Amino acid sequence: MMQFLPTDEQTAFAEAIDEIVTANGGADVVQAWAAGDKAAGLALWEQFSELGLGGLRVAEEDGGLGASAVDLAIVFERLGYHGVPGPYIESLAFLPAVVSDEVRAEICGGAMATATYAPFVPYALDADVASLRFAVDGSGVTPADAGDAISSMAKTRTLFPLSGSGTTTAVSAEALDRGFAEAALATAAMLVGAGERLLDEAVEYAKIREQFGKPVGEYQALKHHLANVRVALSFARPLMLRAALDIDSPNRDRDVSAAKVSAADAATLAAKLSLQVHGAIGYTAEHHVGRWVTLVPALVQSWGSTSFHRDRVAAAILNQGA
Amino acid sequence: MNLDFTPEQEAFAAEARAWLAENVPTERLASMDTAEGFEQHREWERTLASGNWSVVSWPAEYGGREVGITEWVIFEEEYYRSGAPTRVAQNGISLLAPIVFEHGTPEQKAKYLPLMSNGTEIWAQAWSEPGAGSDLAAIRATATRDDARGGWLLNGQKIWSSRAVWADRGFGLFRSDPEAQRHRGLTYFLFPMDAPGITVRAIEQLDGSTGFAEVFFDDVFVPDEDVLGAPGDGWNVAMSTAGNERGLSLRAPGRFLAPVDRLIDLWDERGESEPSARDAVVDSWIGAEAYKLFTWQTVSRLLQGGDVGAEGSINKVFWSELDIHIHETALRLLGPEAELIGDGAPVGGKWAEDYLFALAGPIYAGTNEIQRNIIAERILGLPRGDRRKA
Ligand SMILES: Cc1cc2nc3c(=O)[nH]c(=O)nc-3n(C[C@H](O)[C@H](O)[C@H](O)COP(=O)(O)OP(=O)(O)OC[C@H]3O[C@@H](n4cnc5c(N)ncnc54)[C@H](O)[C@@H]3O)c2cc1C
Repeated sequence: MMQFLPTDEQTAFAEAIDEIVTANGGADVVQAWAAGDKAAGLALWEQFSELGLGGLRVAEEDGGLGASAVDLAIVFERLGYHGVPGPYIESLAFLPAVVSDEVRAEICGGAMATATYAPFVPYALDADVASLRFAVDGSGVTPADAGDAISSMAKTRTLFPLSGSGTTTAVSAEALDRGFAEAALATAAMLVGAGERLLDEAVEYAKIREQFGKPVGEYQALKHHLANVRVALSFARPLMLRAALDIDSPNRDRDVSAAKVSAADAATLAAKLSLQVHGAIGYTAEHHVGRWVTLVPALVQSWGSTSFHRDRVAAAILNQGA
Repeated sequence: MNLDFTPEQEAFAAEARAWLAENVPTERLASMDTAEGFEQHREWERTLASGNWSVVSWPAEYGGREVGITEWVIFEEEYYRSGAPTRVAQNGISLLAPIVFEHGTPEQKAKYLPLMSNGTEIWAQAWSEPGAGSDLAAIRATATRDDARGGWLLNGQKIWSSRAVWADRGFGLFRSDPEAQRHRGLTYFLFPMDAPGITVRAIEQLDGSTGFAEVFFDDVFVPDEDVLGAPGDGWNVAMSTAGNERGLSLRAPGRFLAPVDRLIDLWDERGESEPSARDAVVDSWIGAEAYKLFTWQTVSRLLQGGDVGAEGSINKVFWSELDIHIHETALRLLGPEAELIGDGAPVGGKWAEDYLFALAGPIYAGTNEIQRNIIAERILGLPRGDRRKA
């Protein structure tokens, strides 16, 4: 029977992630990583590994959690909400679909892995702290070395060009498409989560910041900005969940792309308006809301831009001129 | 989590589809906001009822099939996909009936529901007044006690009442306690539109049709048996079903999935002349899908015993803006033919007519500004402040 809501177990799993992040300092982890101190973030990775996240999409008989794509989406929504730094999309969503059994087992055991995937992901995220690095393209998966770091406008993201340093293992186009779909879905979920965080931050701030003798949240202009964010995010999430349900269906690419477009647009609105509601304080490096304001545009362009994904939806639904 | 329907639900959808394919008029009916179109639409309501498809979720004794909310949404999708006419009975069926089910006496249910469900009695909603639009609690039309006759006398003016020119009956809130302020002292009345003392004056709409009207009340007698709920409790009665299933006043996703299907056909025909509209077509499709999925989420929550509550405001802002987006996109694709209506227009001017109707979406059923206030205050918890002048 139709039941389009997370199960109690899924909700509990999401709460477990929230608790781990909060117990480790919440936004402080993000701020520290942005400032170059990655210890707390790496400790989080360890704890998530103990929870089994490394094997999220690895079958139980192979030592993984055997979780569904819906579980994946729910997990990444929480990671986005907390802005957790690290190559989670690469390790948990993309690579498991394309690497060898041995590498998958390492990731499942907690190894941090990162990747490039030409042309969508030209630089590997956090290749300095990842123990496994792969250059992936149509010809296959190649172990790789990292070049010089490049900074991102999102201070929690450090990017690296990779150069192949080993033998390329051929991968089927089907496996690559699957890995890309899982990564794009995870990115959409992180965008939904990031959008929710940006909205929460703005709402909390609007309740306490006073101007002209009252909380700025009483002003209708701000109320309507934030109501618009609420509407946009509320309609992005069901698309994300349906994309997860359809991960093995012929509609997979269409639905993942629709989810990514909608999540990107909603999170972009959330980022702009949350910053606006914060005023100048939101524009400082010191205030943590900036971590999400800058994370969003980075994720919007990763794992397929909005134009790329709109093109894929067009190709699926239109007969002419798609 | 799943989006799978039971074999029974699939069979229900197939049955509805087959019946609609047989019975939906092949000729487009005249607009229901015209005298001729109103009667054509009433006739269609009779046909629908003859197949027991007019109120699928109602009890059988009132013309329903007693199906659940999932089936209702499934039916609506089939309904609009089939190209069936708009429901002229909708004010009664979706706005009044939920209140009758909850607060009506057994006599009221027996008297009103069967005739409502088969198109014999079409209802008009008479809530708004010249001075009470968004601020509905500013209602000034009065109800005074007539003990001698065992009822009430209604006086005052209502406005913007859709299809009141042709409707058989009306429902509205009147101030029965002149001392009471705002939401208190209002009473919910039901009355025949041809009752002595009622004068209806048609108001021409943007599109030239006389789709709504002013209604003047001059000592209109309403017996006690036509008061819905307790006297003085009208506001609570009117709002009581706002959060539950029947009172969902849900705009079924089929209302948007169907025009998006037609928009995609229009793109396939005419996209070459307006290639830059492609993304807007794609976004219309994404929006309609999002609306459908959001609805299934709501339905899932209702099935688990939850309610809709203020979430309905999120819904309303989204569908009304989506509807405009879909129709604006169609106008882009139609180019210089977009403005045409009637004979000689593409599809008889349906896109243009529906575009104008879509423009009203952010105004009626609580303006989108009011909905955003509700979202901000009741969902996000932002401080209300005091808007009203003391
Ligand atoms: C096609 C159509 C059919 C209708 N059918 C019916 C019907 O059958 N029966 C019936 O009773 N009524 C009907 N209505 C009336 C409808 O319910 C009202 O138009 C609506 O409640 C808004 O009231 P108003 O038009 O007086 O606008 P106003 O309330 O005067 O609003 C004017 C503007 O001010 C804004 N505004 C008002 N208050 C606030 C606030 N607190 N914060 C921010 N902005 C605010 C509004 O959003 C709007 O933009 C219909 C309207 C239309 C367009």
